[in-house]
Amino acid sequence: MAGKAGDTDWRHTLAEAGPRERPEGHDGTPGEHAVGDGARIAVRRTHKLYLGGAFPRSESGRSYPVTSAEGHHLANAAAASRKDARDAVVAARAAFDGWSGRTGHNRGQILYRAAEMMEGRRAQFVSEVVDADGVSGERAETLVSAAIDRWVYHAGWADKFTQVIGGTNQVLGSYLSLSSPEPTGVVGIVAPPKAPLLGLVSVVAPVIATGNTAVVVASERAPLPAVTLAEVLATSDLPGGVVNILTGRLGEIAPHLATHADVNALDLAGAGDLATGMEEDAAATLKRVVRPEADTDWTADPGLSRITPFLELKTVWHPIGG
Amino acid sequence: MTTVPMEGGTVHDSAAPGPEASNAALRAYLRGLPGVDEVGARERASELAARSIKAEAKGTAIDLAIRMVDLTTLEGADSPGKVRAMSVKAARPDPADPSTPPVAAVCVYPDMVSVAVDALRGSGVGVASVATAFPSGRAPLEAKLADTGHAVAGGATEIDMVIDRGAFLGGDYRKVYEEIAAVREASGAAHLKVILETGELGTLDNVRRACWLAIHAGADFVKTSTGKVAPAATLPATLVMLQAVRDHHATTGARVGVKPAGGIRTTKDAIRYLVMVNEVAGTAWLAPALFRIGASSLLNDLLMQRARLASGTYPSPDHFTTD
Repeated sequence: MAGKAGDTDWRHTLAEAGPRERPEGHDGTPGEHAVGDGARIAVRRTHKLYLGGAFPRSESGRSYPVTSAEGHHLANAAAASRKDARDAVVAARAAFDGWSGRTGHNRGQILYRAAEMMEGRRAQFVSEVVDADGVSGERAETLVSAAIDRWVYHAGWADKFTQVIGGTNQVLGSYLSLSSPEPTGVVGIVAPPKAPLLGLVSVVAPVIATGNTAVVVASERAPLPAVTLAEVLATSDLPGGVVNILTGRLGEIAPHLATHADVNALDLAGAGDLATGMEEDAAATLKRVVRPEADTDWTADPGLSRITPFLELKTVWHPIGG
Repeated sequence: MTTVPMEGGTVHDSAAPGPEASNAALRAYLRGLPGVDEVGARERASELAARSIKAEAKGTAIDLAIRMVDLTTLEGADSPGKVRAMSVKAARPDPADPSTPPVAAVCVYPDMVSVAVDALRGSGVGVASVATAFPSGRAPLEAKLADTGHAVAGGATEIDMVIDRGAFLGGDYRKVYEEIAAVREASGAAHLKVILETGELGTLDNVRRACWLAIHAGADFVKTSTGKVAPAATLPATLVMLQAVRDHHATTGARVGVKPAGGIRTTKDAIRYLVMVNEVAGTAWLAPALFRIGASSLLNDLLMQRARLASGTYPSPDHFTTD
C-alpha cells in the first residue's frame, strides 16, 4: 500500500509521455514510458551460491551481512552449510568425466570466453573491488585487468601443459616410455581472503584448465566478486558443476572438504588458521594439498605453480623392437 | 499409537468376492470400491516425504532399510558371475563393517535362481525370482506356470509374478484373478509377490482395484512395478497400496506385505517410504516380512550414509563395489 502514490504517478506519466520523451537509441518498448521519473521499484540483487550450474540459495536458508572495507553494509550473501558443500562435491564429481574428457583446446576456448564475459562486466567488477578492498578506482581497474588476463593466461596453457609436463622418457632397455599428465579429480579450493577477485581467479583457473573440477569456498570477508564471477562462468559455456562457488563461514564449510573422501586435492590458499587441521584431515584420504604461503603476491606471474600440483602423471612402457 | 488414521476412503470387506465369483461380480466389487482422491493422495505423500529423520533415528532407519532390500539384477546381460558377486554382497553388504546387516533377498531371473541359491546357502538371505514372462506378462498361462515351476524347482523362496495388465485394463478381472490363483498354486511354499505395474494402470483408482484383486486372489505381497516401465514406484501409488493392506488387516486380521520397486536410489527416498509405511499401515509393517524395497543402486547409497554416520565424514563412491 506504500506504493500507492507511486502507482498514481506512473499512470500519470504513462498518459503524458509522448514519443519525444523516449531516450535516444531505444526501440520504444512499452516499459520505456516509466524511464526516468524516479518512481521505478528497485530491482535488488540476491546473492546466491553457484552449484551444479544453478544459482540456489543455501540449503540452510541462511545469509550473512557483507560489509565494505570501510564497514558499510553492502549486501547479504548466502551462508552455505555442510550439506551445500556435500552437494557441491556431488556436482563436481558428476561434471568431472565430461570436463576432463574434452580436448585441452576446447577447455582453453571456454576459459578465454570467461575472460570475454568478465571484460563485458568490467565496471561491475571494478566497483565491487573498490568496495571490498577500499582501493582507488585506478588500482581496482588494474586488479580487474590482471584477473581477466589470468583467464587468458591459463586458457593458453589448457592445450600445452601436456607437452611441457609430459613427454618421452629415456630408459635403459628396449622400451618406449611415455609420461602424460592427467587431472587429479575434484579439487577443494579455499580462495584467498585478501584478493577477492584476482586471488580467486588465480586459484580457480589453473585447476580447471587441466580438466579438474572445483568446489570453491569464496573469501568470507568479501564474497561478492565471487558471486559475480559465478554469473560470468554461467554464461561462458562452462558446463554446470565444473566450478561450484560457496559463500559463507569458512570454518563451517572448509573442514568438510578436507574430510570428504570424494575430494581428491585441496588448495588451501585462504585457509589461514584452519590450514594445519585441514592438512591433517586430508591425510586420511591421501589428498594432494597445496599449502598456503605467507603474503602471496597475486599480481606476479604464476608460471605453472598452481597447474602441476593438481595433475597425476601416468607413465606407460611400451616394448619396441631392436 | 493404537488408532491409525484411516485417510483415503476405508474399504470394508463385507462384499469381498469368493474364489468362484464371476467376472461380473468381480467387476461390480472392484468398481464399487471407494474412489481415490488423487490430489489428496499426492498431497499426503508429499507431506509425509517432508518429515526429517536425523541422527540415531536415521541410523536405525538405514539398517532397517538395508534389511528390507531385495537386491535386484534383472538384465539380459546377467551372467552367473554377476549373480554370484551380487549374492556375496547381499550376505555381507559392507565387508569393512561386520555390523552391517544382510539384505532380505536377492531378486533374479528364473534361470539364475540355482546360481543364487548355491551362493547364498546358509546365509539366511532369501532368493526371489521374477516369473510369469516378466516384465510384460504377455505369454500363455502354461508358459507362465512353467516359468514359475522352474524357479521353484531351482530353490526360489519367493516368486515375483506380473499381472496381465492387458486383461486388467480390458475389464477381464476374472482372467487376472485366475492367473494369480494358478501361480499361487504353482508357487507352493514360496512367498508370492504380485507386481501390479502401477505405471501402466493409469489411475490410482486402478491401483486400488488391482491391489484388492491381488489380495483376494492370494498374494502374500503386492509390488508396485517391474522397474522396466516409467514411472516405476511412486509414493502416491505405494500409499494407496498401504491403505489396502491396512484395511484388509482391519477386516480379516491377515497381513499382506508391500514392495515398492524401481526408481528408489537414495537413502532419502528409502526413508520417505519407511515414514509412509509407519504412518499409513502402522509399525507392524516395519519389518522385512511385510515391507521390501526392490532396488540395485540404493544399497550403495545406504552403505555410504551408514559409513558417514559411523565416521562423521563423507565417503567416496569409489570405495563401494558397483555390482
